[in-house]
Amino acid sequence: MANTTVSQSHESPKGPKPRKILSRRNIILYGTLIFVGIYYLIPLYVMIVTSLKGMPEIRLGNIFSPPVEVTFEPWVKAWAQACTGLNCDGLSRGFWNSVKITIPSVFVSIAIASINGYALANWRFKGANLFFTILIFGAFIPYQIMIYPLVILLRDLGLYTKLPGLILIHTIFGMPILTLLFRNYFTTIPEELFKAARVDGAGFWGIYFRVMMPMSLPIFVVAMILQITGIWNDFLFGVIYTKPEYYPMTVQLNNIVNSVQGVKEYNVNMAATLLTGLVPLFVYFISGKLFVRGIAAGAVKG
Amino acid sequence: MNSIEIKDLSLNFGDVIVLKDLNLSVAKGEFLVLLGASGCGKSTLLNCIAGLLDINDGQIFINDQNVTWYEPSDRGIGMVFQSYALYPQMSVEGNLSFSLKNAKISKDEIDKRVKNAAEILQIEDLLDRKPAALSGGQRQRVAIGRALVRDVEVFLFDEPLSNLDAKLRADLRVEIKRLHQKLNNTMIYVTHDQIEAMTLANRIAIMRDGLVLQLDEPKTIYNYPVNKYVAEFIGSPCMNFLKGTILADDKCVFNLDGGWCQSLDLSNYKFHEPIKAEKQVWLGIRPENIAFGDKAENMPVKFNLEVEVVEPMGADTLVWSKIGGQEFRFIVDGTITMNSDDSVLVGFDPIHSSIFDLDSEDRL
Repeated sequence: MANTTVSQSHESPKGPKPRKILSRRNIILYGTLIFVGIYYLIPLYVMIVTSLKGMPEIRLGNIFSPPVEVTFEPWVKAWAQACTGLNCDGLSRGFWNSVKITIPSVFVSIAIASINGYALANWRFKGANLFFTILIFGAFIPYQIMIYPLVILLRDLGLYTKLPGLILIHTIFGMPILTLLFRNYFTTIPEELFKAARVDGAGFWGIYFRVMMPMSLPIFVVAMILQITGIWNDFLFGVIYTKPEYYPMTVQLNNIVNSVQGVKEYNVNMAATLLTGLVPLFVYFISGKLFVRGIAAGAVKG
Repeated sequence: MNSIEIKDLSLNFGDVIVLKDLNLSVAKGEFLVLLGASGCGKSTLLNCIAGLLDINDGQIFINDQNVTWYEPSDRGIGMVFQSYALYPQMSVEGNLSFSLKNAKISKDEIDKRVKNAAEILQIEDLLDRKPAALSGGQRQRVAIGRALVRDVEVFLFDEPLSNLDAKLRADLRVEIKRLHQKLNNTMIYVTHDQIEAMTLANRIAIMRDGLVLQLDEPKTIYNYPVNKYVAEFIGSPCMNFLKGTILADDKCVFNLDGGWCQSLDLSNYKFHEPIKAEKQVWLGIRPENIAFGDKAENMPVKFNLEVEVVEPMGADTLVWSKIGGQEFRFIVDGTITMNSDDSVLVGFDPIHSSIFDLDSEDRL
């Protein structure tokens, strides 16, 4: 009697439920994911293989075939030799211009927006709501409307066609959305913490730097990613508010790719495009985890 | 000398009047509890005293100094919050020393005070930890420590124990009382828990709709509540209220609407003013003042009741019943066995009852 019970308990189901690897659910799920993945990766693949081919090989017309003879010549040319107008020093000039534009713009816009958001969230001063409404309204006005007035404004300030002028433009246009981002994040920080800091004798700046900022790393990372990629990828403001000497990388890329003289060097164009996209790509890769955490932290009340 | 003096304080948020012409004095070394249901303005009042809310009118004095327009940190107060409000990125030591660093106090003095506070609260081992690595009780100790290091005259507590579980709450309650006995500084403590209020307070201020209904010693509030609301709020289980009429008839002094009649001897009851016959009232009797069995025999008022529900709570048992259709509870010793539908004899002494006007609900 005892034996039968034991043997029965051995044969009866135990432990995790077995799952078939090739179930219908898995095939549909992974099949769709793989298909979509390939769909998105094909253009990138084409760009990379084309940028590694020589021109004779490209003329054969088979864009999907891997390079027979790998060459980095197009990359070197795109970086250091490609011509835009009279300058023939490649994208490197645009790269450094973009760096000079992006770093101060990101820093200044985030510094101001975070203080804005902090003041709006914690120090509900008189007229705070009106100020906030106006600022948010600014986010909905199309850029085109403001382009020409800003040209006049910059001209009168003596900043038109200069880098500080473009930095100012980026700071202004980043303000509504960044302020909203920071304000919403700071309102999720418990109010009692702010009160405790006030009782403890910390002032406006003391609370900002020593209580709020150390608690808000994720949202600063989110803001940095938004700003770095946004400003790096900006084309419109770069082309309007600067002159060829200060053109950011995107504008220069356009000028290289769209130059009408001579043969179209597809390999150089592809290499130049990839070079321009490397910075945002790099930023996403290193900060992906923090980015997701920051977005989630803004959504969930801590 | 009064530690805190509030004169004609008014506060409104837009059109909503939160506090109106409130006056309050707290003596030096007193433990005052502000008690009330949520939304009664007790936390708001505390925030006004702390300077975290700008008042619309009135004056606030702390240690005979008019601090009405002072910054919170300059008022000589320490505050403990319900959610602990510890700075998550700082260690316990950082939390304790934050205010002292802001006040630019010398490093030696900071170390001394932090050590002293940690010793009093028994958190010396935790100084290097971050708040996230602490339990709820430990966090609240650190929060109290943060007020302690400031070496201030007045402590403000904003529902400090509400986030803790029942056992810890009882432990910390005693600890706060011990702390008060040791430091002997003024404490204002906001809570909605009447047990905390009764156990801790020298005086309790019961608030409702921005007004202080009664400000008295816990015993006085318990025995002589000024109105039905206060009587309901203090005491657990809640006081019984019987709606009825006081008659001039000797045999039937108190006539219940449901037809139940008792000859209450109210000659010893201290009425504020003589009442007219045929007065409609609430008769309030606390469940713990009702005698049962043999003891009931000796009571001036005694009657039989039918038991409806029995709730054993260990030490004693709460019995639910009805008199003339009105809810009636009483407490008996936990050793007594009782079943529903039993008929039992109970009694009480009218001297322990409270009588309220039916309409105004004020004590008569």
